[in-house]
Amino acid sequence: MTSIDVRGVWKTYRVRGAGAVDALQDVSFTLSSGQTIGMVGQSGSGKSTVAKILTQMERPTRGQVLVDGRPVPSRGAALRAYRQQLRMVFQDPFASLNPYHSIRHHIERPLALSGVVPREQIEAEVHRLLARVQLDAGAVVDRRPHELSGGQRQRVAIARALAPRPALLVADEPVSMLDVSLRMGVLSLLSDIQAQDGLGVLYITHDLATARYFSDEIIVLNQGRIVEHGSADEVILRPRHPYTRELREASPDPERFFADSAGGAR
Amino acid sequence: MSDPLLSVRDFSVRYETAAPVDAVRDVSLTVHRGEVLGLAGESGCGKTTLAYGVQRLLKPPAVIPGGSVTWHDADGSDTDLLALDPDALRAFRWDKVSMVFQGAMSALNPVATVGAQLADVFEVHRPAMSRSARTAAVGELLEIVKVGAARSRSYPHELSGGMRQRIMIAMALALRPQLVVMDEPTTALDVLVQREILREITRLREAFGFSVVFITHDLPLLLEISDRIAIMRAGRIVEIDTAANIWFRPRHDYTRTLLSSFPRLTAERKVAR
Repeated sequence: MTSIDVRGVWKTYRVRGAGAVDALQDVSFTLSSGQTIGMVGQSGSGKSTVAKILTQMERPTRGQVLVDGRPVPSRGAALRAYRQQLRMVFQDPFASLNPYHSIRHHIERPLALSGVVPREQIEAEVHRLLARVQLDAGAVVDRRPHELSGGQRQRVAIARALAPRPALLVADEPVSMLDVSLRMGVLSLLSDIQAQDGLGVLYITHDLATARYFSDEIIVLNQGRIVEHGSADEVILRPRHPYTRELREASPDPERFFADSAGGAR
Repeated sequence: MSDPLLSVRDFSVRYETAAPVDAVRDVSLTVHRGEVLGLAGESGCGKTTLAYGVQRLLKPPAVIPGGSVTWHDADGSDTDLLALDPDALRAFRWDKVSMVFQGAMSALNPVATVGAQLADVFEVHRPAMSRSARTAAVGELLEIVKVGAARSRSYPHELSGGMRQRIMIAMALALRPQLVVMDEPTTALDVLVQREILREITRLREAFGFSVVFITHDLPLLLEISDRIAIMRAGRIVEIDTAANIWFRPRHDYTRTLLSSFPRLTAERKVAR
């Protein structure tokens, strides 16, 4: 059981000509293994800054991040160990894989660095991980990223994230670059792995429908502040904050649309 | 609704590559005056090839082995688009049918002001127009899409994603076309900006009365904005019907598959967690 506590975190960026911009303002929440939290909000709401703070790519200006009650290590071997516990899946599977390296290399490297399996078992583990993300390991292992489709690449990115056997996963818009017909497949895969491994997942998205579908809780961010945090159904079906309502109204919803356009006569 | 604007009959497009690909196969459909026709299907189903093909915007190795495309102009004349010579085709495009492309950032020129890019349309299509008339027309367009004439001197990178998409719409409306083809115009935008752009399109349609072919893989969105929807798969239209019929009474299995591949925002969840 691993849990990460974000406590009263502020992140202020100095912008030339614009003074200080508060990307995050007093953000607090807890992500524990075994749960999925959806984080929603429009572009610029601070969602990705939260991901950067969690992975220690950015340090909070104020407030703190605790892992199992202790401050997140800021350097050295302890930071590397922390980053093996908490892994990221990025939005763009074209940019997040190295075009010069084979798929094998992408999975092998985090295995070798983390030492989760002995050296002689690395090849077998690469195949196991690729099979886990429903790729034909034999067919893709020697290929390079450009030879795979977007959906396949994102599966490779997920396998790479899982390699050091993390407890927590931050997925920042993991399917928004994929064709709609592939999105549910990749999200269902993430959801299955989450359940099997008891992972804690932070699912960052602006798509309310998938956030509701795949999350236990939803956090709504607006201009760097958490405006609502509750169970997924609660937040989407009975939003309390005007901003959440605004997001909901803006999201396509054929169910509501056709009910409204029939004037409730149906 | 029975007033046809564009009639496509048995239209096909083949990519003559080493292994030829039939990207569009025997498609027949009619776009009516004043309607929004949605074109849905997954990546690679041929929806963009179809939309580009009927305007003859495809380059070799694409060839059009068969079919007919007839334009029924507001002035009562009919034009066979597949028979137009290059000059007539150039005069036709953008004047009668314009496009809003996917990804405003890559469709706009990063080193020219948006005003200059809008003025280009008039320079090419209305060469008799004076410079001052062009400037006035550009200003008016920017006002119409609510970007404001003052933004004429801005470069694309100085504008938000939503504003850039408005510029693309302004460019498409410059010559008051009768049909605007929109290829994933809101896919890269977040939900609030997407809704804002959709409202804008509705408002402009009410003001100017153009028809829209709206291409996207986002079926929930299409269901809300379209009068009719054509579902494409592997180069063919498998079903075309009113949005309500597609939603309530889909006839084709593939339509049902597509509909079920979207999680519902407010309905009961289909999977238990």
